[in-house]
Amino acid sequence: MKFPSYTTPREKLWFYTYRTFCGLVLFFLVAPLIVVIPLSFTNSVFLQFIPEMKIFSFDTWSFNFDGYGTRWYKELLGICTANSGTTVCTDRWMIGIKNSALIAVFATFFASVLGTLAALGLSNRHMPFNRLIMALMISPMIVPLIITAAGMFFFFAKVNLVATLPGLIIAHTILGIPFVVITVTASLAGFDNNLLRAGATLGGSPLRNFLKIQAPLIAPGVISGALFAFITSFDEVVIVLFVGGPEQYTLPRQMWSGIRNEISPTILAAATILVIFSILLLTTLEMLRRRAEKIRGITPH
Amino acid sequence: MSVSSNIDSKGQLLTNDGVPLKESLKKSLRRTKIRSFLLLLAPLLFLLIMFVTPIGSLLSRSVDDTSINVVLPQTFAQYELWEDKSQIPSEEMFAAVINDIRSTHKMENSEGKNIGKNLLGKAGTRMTYEYSGWRSLLLKTVKSATKVNKRSKEEVKPYTWEAPYKEKMIKRDKRWGKVEFWQSLGAMKDPYTMGYYLNAVDLRYDANKNIIEKKEHLKIYKTIWMRTLQVSLMVTIFCLLLAYPVSYLLATLPMRTSNLLMICVLMPFWTSLLVRIVAWMIMLQQNGVVNDTLVSILPCFEGMVNLPFFGETNLDLCFSDEDRIPMMYNFTGTIIVMTQVLLPFMILPIYSVMRGIPPSYMKAAQNLGATPTRAFIRVYMPQSVPGIGAGCILVFIVAIGYYITPELVGGKDGLMIGNFVAREMQQTLNWGLAAAMGAILLSAVLILYWAYDRLIGIDNLKMG
Repeated sequence: MKFPSYTTPREKLWFYTYRTFCGLVLFFLVAPLIVVIPLSFTNSVFLQFIPEMKIFSFDTWSFNFDGYGTRWYKELLGICTANSGTTVCTDRWMIGIKNSALIAVFATFFASVLGTLAALGLSNRHMPFNRLIMALMISPMIVPLIITAAGMFFFFAKVNLVATLPGLIIAHTILGIPFVVITVTASLAGFDNNLLRAGATLGGSPLRNFLKIQAPLIAPGVISGALFAFITSFDEVVIVLFVGGPEQYTLPRQMWSGIRNEISPTILAAATILVIFSILLLTTLEMLRRRAEKIRGITPH
Repeated sequence: MSVSSNIDSKGQLLTNDGVPLKESLKKSLRRTKIRSFLLLLAPLLFLLIMFVTPIGSLLSRSVDDTSINVVLPQTFAQYELWEDKSQIPSEEMFAAVINDIRSTHKMENSEGKNIGKNLLGKAGTRMTYEYSGWRSLLLKTVKSATKVNKRSKEEVKPYTWEAPYKEKMIKRDKRWGKVEFWQSLGAMKDPYTMGYYLNAVDLRYDANKNIIEKKEHLKIYKTIWMRTLQVSLMVTIFCLLLAYPVSYLLATLPMRTSNLLMICVLMPFWTSLLVRIVAWMIMLQQNGVVNDTLVSILPCFEGMVNLPFFGETNLDLCFSDEDRIPMMYNFTGTIIVMTQVLLPFMILPIYSVMRGIPPSYMKAAQNLGATPTRAFIRVYMPQSVPGIGAGCILVFIVAIGYYITPELVGGKDGLMIGNFVAREMQQTLNWGLAAAMGAILLSAVLILYWAYDRLIGIDNLKMG
């Protein structure tokens, strides 16, 4: 780092202290996620770094990977090996992943459709109770999950939706709507209504106008909202605990019982996959954001 | 076409179709309103039916006391006639209890299935919340009161117990002779009750329906409410302390670098909450990464030294295996994990506000003779207050209703009110109490939500 010549030593010291502090905070944010990855390749049954996992030995001056293997990934996939040892081989993880994906895909679809409709409707400033309806649309994100889950449990019990797939999809759709509403509203914020009027004077029908003019502009908003909705559904456990039955064992549900009862490194294998998954999603989102900026003519600083 | 031809006799502007412009505009405005309304219809209905109704029905449970009124109508009617409430009631009240028990016991639903026994069980449970012992007393009495004389030749076999009941009941169970049991009926006689709310804050009704404090050993919820508040406040403060400097760094660095560092902030935001909890378990447990590192890194010195003033002292500066700090499954664990989980919620709003503060202001202030510190405090900080407000309210709202994290890492002394709502829902099955606690929690959240909307506006809520 180059300092101007007039910088006092105290300022330099302050500068480095400050940077170190920020570095530590950022480290605090990501460190736990990074620790998960090497530990998921352990060969032992413990959720801790054991001496065998030392990669480099200073005594013999050599590398050693004996403590590592893909044992827990096999367990995750339901592939049983003879030396599975203490843990019981189960296909619950795979069932969980399938259920989670199924629920998340449907919930994301419905949330995107409903959320986009709501955002389009709310974009009209002359709409009465605009603010109130907006607050209502976002409230599923604000209301504590435990209250939503308890309420839905009683309500779904009355209408026979407890322990059914549709019940969970409905519940997750509701949790996803706020994200779509927020992102689509944001992408509509800079929208110039004159564009639609220009389209109309050129003879475009309202539907055609929407598809040709508005839809491409809000598409990045819809997609990023959908990603939020997907990840919310894919990670949701409280509602599944209350409303879901044994048939709807999702991945987070399996992780939950793993953490509470029979904690094994299989969880770490699942966690690693989820971390990689979230990195992929984050990259997609960043690309979408850049694309949206390009479309709307906003150049990054 | 000239402009003048578009004005009618009254001087109003006309459109090309000859309609006054004002009306035409009004019409088109109405049309856009209708279109917006139609767009909103589906999502709004879906949310009202599937989200608002369930929460409403949950809240209605917090005051609902009809289940007990169905079971003991005559008893409650007699309760009104009971004059001296410090004395055991007269025979009529005892007879009313027996009659109520007998008529409920025979109750059937529309399909002819007996539901009475179930109702009596539920009533007993409800009564126990008001005065402990009611359930066993009631169920014991149900058994005696509904016993029939099997040897009787009549078609409807008569009950073995016959009036007067007062002495028989007291003989069967001494508790019927205790006035406290009878007095506690007063809190249940109305179809609506505030009892669950009182229970949720460690209060109760006495015999005359005055609100009094619960006995010391029965007070549990006040500490939980205080702890919920304490955890939420502490997490908010820690998040602010950690987030403010980082946000400032991110806002002042060139865009390219700050976008790169932003990944560190967004990564945990995008990672499954359960994954983060598992990660923290590995970090913070007794044999976890943090404790291992402390043991191996901290300098170890043990032995006799000759210190000035102290003389020969046995010095133990070791951080050995016995010194490992318990950081998981307790209050500390809850605070650490929640701070990390909620930190992005604080960084993002502060960052987006700071990005909008022109750096030239600070330079101008320094140009006018302020020291960098003074310029920062007097010029920069006041402008970042909206971000601080947004972040703090957001973190506090999310923290106050937390359930998963305290449940998994909180142990015993890290549990919050959300965990007790779940406990009443799933284990003790006191749904009225769960609903009352949920209602109090929800109203706190909604007040903060309203404040957030007034101060910042929910449409400014940004993610990622």
